[in-house]
Amino acid sequence: MRLAVLFSGGKDSAFALYKASKLHKISCLITLDSKNPDSYMFHTPVDKVDFLAQRLSLPLIKISTLGKKETELQDLKLAIQKAKRDYKIQGLVTGAVASIYQASRIQSICHELDLYCFNPLWQKDQLELINELVKEKFKVKIVKVAADGLDESWIGKIIDKTIIQDLIDLNKKNGLNIAGEGGELETEVIDCPLFKK
Amino acid sequence: MILIINLNKYKLHDLEFIRPITDLLDDSKVIHYKTLKRKDLEKADKVIIAGTSLKDSDYLKELDKFSWIKSYRKPFLGICAGMQILGLIHGAKLKKAKEIGVTKLKTKTDSMLKKITQAYSLHQYSITLPKGFTKLAESDKCIHAIKKDNLYGVLFHPEVINKELIKKDIICI
Repeated sequence: MRLAVLFSGGKDSAFALYKASKLHKISCLITLDSKNPDSYMFHTPVDKVDFLAQRLSLPLIKISTLGKKETELQDLKLAIQKAKRDYKIQGLVTGAVASIYQASRIQSICHELDLYCFNPLWQKDQLELINELVKEKFKVKIVKVAADGLDESWIGKIIDKTIIQDLIDLNKKNGLNIAGEGGELETEVIDCPLFKK
Repeated sequence: MILIINLNKYKLHDLEFIRPITDLLDDSKVIHYKTLKRKDLEKADKVIIAGTSLKDSDYLKELDKFSWIKSYRKPFLGICAGMQILGLIHGAKLKKAKEIGVTKLKTKTDSMLKKITQAYSLHQYSITLPKGFTKLAESDKCIHAIKKDNLYGVLFHPEVINKELIKKDIICI
C-alpha cells in the first residue's frame, strides 16, 4: 500500500515512518508548518524537515498554516488531499502516541478522504518507546523544552541511556511525561537507519 | 491465557489495535480470525475480539467464521467490531452511527461499566440490541455496551480510555 507520513522531523513521526516503511511503500512526507508555536495539532519548529526529507530520499509536501484551531485542520486536509492526488496514497501514517485530540481529528480527515489511517505508536508506553528509539539507533536531539525541571541546558542534548535515566528521575519527581507527548520536550532526529548516507 | 482475536486486514494496524491490549495483559495469545481453530478456543480461558480500523470491514463478509460464538460459554469481550460481531451472530442488525473521539456515555448503574462516563470511539456502525441481551451503555447516537451471561460487547475502545476494563474487569469475569 502507498502511504504518506505526517512528518515533523521529531522522534515520534520518524519512528512511525520507520515502522510503516518495514511493511508498506512510503510515497511522500507531509509537514504542516504552523505559525502557532502553541498549536495542539502540530509540532514546532519544523525548519529541518526539507533537509531530513532529502536524507530520507522522499518527496515532501510542506504547507504553511496559521495554526488557528478553526483553520489548521482544513489546511491539514488540503495537504493530505494533495498527497492523495499527486502520489496516489491509500493511507496516512501518524506518530500519535496518546493524544486523542490529535488522533481523532486525523482519523476523521482520513475517513472523509477514504484513506486508511495508521498510528503504529498508539498507546505505547512512554519509557518503552524512548528506549526502543535508542535501541534502534535513532539519534534524537532535544530542541525545545516546556516543563518544570527542564531548563534550557537540556536543549541540544542527544537522548541516550543517561538522558533517559534523568527523564525517569524527573518523572518520579514531578510526573513529567518521559516521551514529551504533551509538548514537554520537542525533538529532532539527527540520524536514523532510514537516512541515506 | 486470554486469546485475542485479530480482525485487522493490514499487519501495521496490529500495533494500533492489538498491541495496546496485549500490553495490558500478562498472559495472552493473538490469532487472526482467518486462521482461528477450535483448539485455540478450547485452550483459552477467555476471549477478546479486538477492534479494527474504520476502513476494515472484511469481517462482515465472513460472519460464518464467528458462528462458534453462539455456543461459547467462557468469558468473552468483543471490542468495537468485536461487539458488532457478537450482536450480528445473535440476530442484531447493523446501524449506521459514526463516532470518532471522546464520547459521553450513559451506563447501567449496577453493571461493571457503572464508573464509566466517557470513552474513546472509532466506529461507523453500532448494532440494534440482540434478543436476550441487556444494554449496559449508550451514547446519544447508539448502543455502546451489551451483555448476556459471560458475553460482553463494548463499542468503545477500553484500551485507550478505561484501561481498567481490560486490566481488571475482564480478567475478573
